[in-house]
Amino acid sequence: MLDTKILAEINKIPGYEHKKAFSGAFATKPTGYTAAKPIKCVKPGTKKVYSLNDILDAVGLKDGMTISFHHCLRNGDAVMKYVVDAIAKKGIKDLTLSASSLSKVQDCLLPHFESGVITRVDTSGSRSELGRFIQEGKLAKPAIFRTHGGRARAIETGELHINVAFIAAPRCDKYGNINGVEGKSACGSLGYAMPDAEYADYVVAVTDSLSDLPLDYVSIPQTQVDYITEVDSIGDPSGIATGSIRVSKNPAELVISKYAADVIAATEYFHDQMIFQFGTGGMAIATAGYIREKMLAKKYVASAGVGGVSGFHVQMLNEGLIKTFYDPQDFDLTAIKSLGTNPKHHEISASAYANPFNANPYVNLLDFAVLSATEIDVNFNVNVLTDSYGKLLGAPGGHPDAAAGAKMTIITMPLLRGRLPMLLDNVTTIVTPGETVDVLVTEYGIAVNPRRPDIAESLKGKALPVKSIEELKAKADALAGKRTPLPKSDKICGLVEYRDGTIIDIVRGI
Amino acid sequence: MNSLYRTMMFVPGNAPAKLTKAEIYGADCVIFDLEDAVSVKEKDAARDLVRTFLSTYRPDCRVGIRVNAQDTPYYEEDVKAMVPLKPDFLRLPKSETAKNMRDLDTFMTKCEEKAGIPVGTVKIVATIETALGVQNAFEVATASKRIIGIGLGAEDFRTDMRMTRSEDGQEILYARNRISLAAHAAGVMPLDYVYSNFKNTEGFIADVKFGKMLGFTCKSVIHPSQVPLVHSVYDPTDKEVEHAKQVLAVYDEAMKKGSGVIALNGKMIDMPMVTRAKAVLEYAKASGKEI
Repeated sequence: MLDTKILAEINKIPGYEHKKAFSGAFATKPTGYTAAKPIKCVKPGTKKVYSLNDILDAVGLKDGMTISFHHCLRNGDAVMKYVVDAIAKKGIKDLTLSASSLSKVQDCLLPHFESGVITRVDTSGSRSELGRFIQEGKLAKPAIFRTHGGRARAIETGELHINVAFIAAPRCDKYGNINGVEGKSACGSLGYAMPDAEYADYVVAVTDSLSDLPLDYVSIPQTQVDYITEVDSIGDPSGIATGSIRVSKNPAELVISKYAADVIAATEYFHDQMIFQFGTGGMAIATAGYIREKMLAKKYVASAGVGGVSGFHVQMLNEGLIKTFYDPQDFDLTAIKSLGTNPKHHEISASAYANPFNANPYVNLLDFAVLSATEIDVNFNVNVLTDSYGKLLGAPGGHPDAAAGAKMTIITMPLLRGRLPMLLDNVTTIVTPGETVDVLVTEYGIAVNPRRPDIAESLKGKALPVKSIEELKAKADALAGKRTPLPKSDKICGLVEYRDGTIIDIVRGI
Repeated sequence: MNSLYRTMMFVPGNAPAKLTKAEIYGADCVIFDLEDAVSVKEKDAARDLVRTFLSTYRPDCRVGIRVNAQDTPYYEEDVKAMVPLKPDFLRLPKSETAKNMRDLDTFMTKCEEKAGIPVGTVKIVATIETALGVQNAFEVATASKRIIGIGLGAEDFRTDMRMTRSEDGQEILYARNRISLAAHAAGVMPLDYVYSNFKNTEGFIADVKFGKMLGFTCKSVIHPSQVPLVHSVYDPTDKEVEHAKQVLAVYDEAMKKGSGVIALNGKMIDMPMVTRAKAVLEYAKASGKEI
């Protein structure tokens, strides 16, 4: 629970006066209506394709406004730099950068942070040089770190009002229809750009693959896109998607993956027609591999898969082991190709995927989700945002959303990384609350959240090394020695928002 | 921790991360190796590392230490440093004669007395790696009360015998048979040899199955991926477990009644069948089957 003194300090910051502290995963009950956007009217034959400079004039971008970007091009993205460079040249300053996430490649924006073009940040994750800038307290006010579902919620409720959304478009026709499955910079699902396209005052497509003919596959429709600008390249394909699936070969990770699969198979959530989410990391894919074998043995199929997609998920979809897939993001070329060609592979928006304030996000369908963690504590709170020294490293992403939605949330994590224990009394930064986390699987044993005696009961007699979380922590401490607590800075450099918009923790200065 | 030794996994004694992770692969026993896995330049460092590690942490499985052979300059320091740590056993390479084993026993007794731990706490596993060792297998196995098992060190044995190596180990069949026989005759564990090509899963499983046929109850392994493969070979089937339970139930009933002749489904039950049934249930328990 957030310290009341910290909340009071947050509430003194202009724009953050009404922020509330997290008080439970489903405690906030929304009221009112979703936000609106300006009414548009375009005469037939109106041209949309212009130079970026002309578009910036046309949309009336001014000091103090909010611009947005999606992160579907991941570490290959070239659009943010291209756009912010052009904005800086026009002398516009004091902007809020709203990105669905920021990768290392965005370090190139640092000069625009230092010169005051960008003074506020609203994102899921940040790292490297921009992370350092944020933690040096150099922004005009603390950055906001949102979950994928939480960002969609903030956009739809009007809490995050975007003046101009710049959408990196791997393929775009001259009418404004966009997809991510074609073009030389294909990235797959554009799920994280969809709320921006739907709610921003102005939407600008930035494409390196402009078509004169209307697109067949449309992710973001022309009805939402005001302008289009053409560039040589929106990104580096090698940073956008990997060519092949990475399945873990690390024996210790395989131990964890095997245990995770055995845990799942022992519970009621492993059944014919189940619905699940596996991450796309090596360990999650290895877990999915073991689950696949168990499904084949039992002749089970999954009625749906949800979440980010890799080649392994596609393999299961093609084998008929997953009947249909709801996909907000793709990670490799196989997944991108599948989205464009397989009618059972559906592109969904970040809001549809995880927004807690709509009629039913897809995460609510999950029987189980297998997620990773940077750190976990004895209360099952999870950190996926900062490292052991409090430095920005990752992103909440969909972690808190999937954990809240799934009937069973399993965290797979090594008990130690290097010489540091990852199971602690208190995590460095709380991102996902322990009340939504059910099982921790490590290479040294498995701990079930005491809130879930039903799961503990189903693991009895299964030859699994089930221990209490305290026993596991004692093991970590015995192996690594107790950590000397690091001195904590009082400087609030970031607010960690839970998916409902309440503040669950802060990112401190370094 | 189960009561069986199905797998003994060698872990290099000079790799800190491997020592801390040794227990996680489910081997019934890990052996921290000071011998072949450690170069001569690192012998003292490995000894110090294992000593420091076991002084602060005890893995959640049985722990043995493979010390260097008696004809090396590291042997005495190894034994002196390791015995006070109270490992389950020391594994001695190049065990050739009863004298080798008696010398080790006497030296370990001294070390135990000096460390103030009960004499006989630390057991011995003998690795037989020479023609002379195979010839003397029974004498080696019975030379000390500390000895709990004997096994074949196949690579050195092949070298000593000037054998040509085959993938399925035909050339070491006689030695395996001889060691299994000597171990059973002496009432100690027969430990099957290391199958070093850990990437050949099929060949490994066939080898473990063949070893089981020969009477081996334990396999020495060098890679974590080999552990579950060995256990799966030793896991009894549901049918075997059911039969074992019936045998023991009938036997218990007969004991209660004081009945002399015991039968199940028209077949007589004798003591070896009862012993085997008990072993089956132990393996089943270790594999996580509900008994």
